[in-house]
Amino acid sequence: MWEKVHVVELVVFVVLFLAVSAMGFVAARWRRPATMEHLDEWGLGGRNFGSWITWFLIGGDLYTAYTFVAVPALIFGAGAMGFFAVPYTVIIYPMVFLVLVRLWSVSHKHGLVTPADFVRARFGSPTLALLVAITGIVATMPYIALQLVGIEAVLKTIGLTGTSTVARHLPIIIAFAILAAYTYQSGLRAPALIAFVKDSLIYIVILAAIFILPAKLGGWDAIFGAAQAKFDATKANPNDGLLLNANNQLQYITLAFGSALALFLYPHSVTGVLASKNRNVLKRNMSALPAYSLLLGLLALLGYAAIAAKIVPLPGTKTPDTNTVVPLLFQSEFPAWFAGIAFAAIGIGALVPAAIMSIAAANLFTRNIYKEYLNKEASPAQEAKVSKIASLVVKVGALLCIILLDPQFSIDLQLIGGVIILQTLPSVAIGLFTRWFHKGALIAGWVAGMGFGMWMLYNVSNAVRDHWAGSNFPLSKLGFDTKMTIYAGLVAVVANLLVAALGTVVLRAFSVADGADKTAQPDYFVDEDTPRGTATPTEAAVA
Amino acid sequence: MGEPAQPAPDPAGDRSPWNWLLIIPIVVPLIPALFNAIEPTFISFPLFYWLQLAFIALGVATTTVVYQMTKKRGGGDR
Repeated sequence: MWEKVHVVELVVFVVLFLAVSAMGFVAARWRRPATMEHLDEWGLGGRNFGSWITWFLIGGDLYTAYTFVAVPALIFGAGAMGFFAVPYTVIIYPMVFLVLVRLWSVSHKHGLVTPADFVRARFGSPTLALLVAITGIVATMPYIALQLVGIEAVLKTIGLTGTSTVARHLPIIIAFAILAAYTYQSGLRAPALIAFVKDSLIYIVILAAIFILPAKLGGWDAIFGAAQAKFDATKANPNDGLLLNANNQLQYITLAFGSALALFLYPHSVTGVLASKNRNVLKRNMSALPAYSLLLGLLALLGYAAIAAKIVPLPGTKTPDTNTVVPLLFQSEFPAWFAGIAFAAIGIGALVPAAIMSIAAANLFTRNIYKEYLNKEASPAQEAKVSKIASLVVKVGALLCIILLDPQFSIDLQLIGGVIILQTLPSVAIGLFTRWFHKGALIAGWVAGMGFGMWMLYNVSNAVRDHWAGSNFPLSKLGFDTKMTIYAGLVAVVANLLVAALGTVVLRAFSVADGADKTAQPDYFVDEDTPRGTATPTEAAVA
Repeated sequence: MGEPAQPAPDPAGDRSPWNWLLIIPIVVPLIPALFNAIEPTFISFPLFYWLQLAFIALGVATTTVVYQMTKKRGGGDR
């Protein structure tokens, strides 16, 4: 079935993968809880992770395998534009420094598990909470599918690929079945424990590559020189190059800023945050997590190293699959055993975020759809049970996305996901600071931002595609006489905010009833010494 | 309904003036005029690449200072 398999790489990959899977199953006993039948335990690992575990967990969660494969691929193809990942992951921590501790405190006080839980408590609107939950689930699904794209890039390079559907997809189905099984059993403890191995492997591999590769390729001078020569040769594409040009600078900074706004709105980021023990753990991590940004920045430059090493990406379904350039670079420049370790790092690196994302999406379903609409009396044990099953459904969905649809579709969806998750900014992030917005206006803003965002994405074209070709919306389509492009998500969220603000003024003027706020100002500052709230604040408040 | 009227207690330094420092590492990396050039290079890295990597240190330094200056110390002073 498979020809031309690189055996040594495959063996190293499989051994490390199996070792990590064993850890995933054992994780259920790690920091053993009295019972696993509670969402705080299964879905949030006991809400008690210290600084180190949180650093590995959130780092492994945010800097996904796909990032590690796609960012260098972007640099390989477009140059400077791909480097937006660096300012993006620099500005994000000071941006969320004060936001996340508020979210942690109010969630601790009221026993909240998801961002939609917070919106429910803050704005007293099940409808708004449902919108936030659905937005989260829809944005997360393609993100999980993309982790599979990351693993597939590696498997393809090892040689586990072929013409039949079975040959192409069997390895990934096996990998995902194992992942689903240990996530089902151990919950968030599994990715938390595996993250230690995954991140250690990634650090070793990248640091080795950064020191060894330039020596092999004639130094950084030669690497940047080769990249410059390649971009000079492609006069047809004016937007690549070692530097930004006048037309893509706005895109660069709005993409970095918009992506930073979006990242901690994703349910899986919130899951990592709420699993930590106290406020100081989070604040300390705002200084420690940028270590991963440095890693990502150095890794991005491997895209140029791949140019210098004259890597030719493997064929994709229609165009060459540039996601394979980093795996191919390791294959061509390093001994097989080391390439195997690098591939395992990427493969395992996909499992950690995929597990956390499926847990986060499952929690959203359980808390904001099942408990809200299907079984209001659900016990904590029932919640945990539903969440475990939902996590399986989510994973199967992501797997089907990859097997049945063109992978390009997942990539497009993930791009859309960033734009749509941003539409929860007013209710979730701004909601942490002010209760000024009216719940009805927030719903109207969400609709407006969503509609406008989709319209903009639809109207992005490039040389090969007429629609949905990226997030770089040309300002000329709004009537401006310029060639500049801007990140569609940021424009959409501005529209969202304008509608929400205007709507609030109008609804207040007509004295339209608003929802009740179950939170109080001091709730946003409590720390671990305050008793943790129950997961059912409604009944507790009534009693 | 409506805003809570009483002034918020501030047990965790949310209103500390030190927090304003956080604006620096948010704004500086978003000014391409600062880094969109090849020269001066640093160990063969064009300015565009080494300076943006250096901004990571700026971010870490700022968040560290703000954390140290606003964390609760024993008796709840700020």
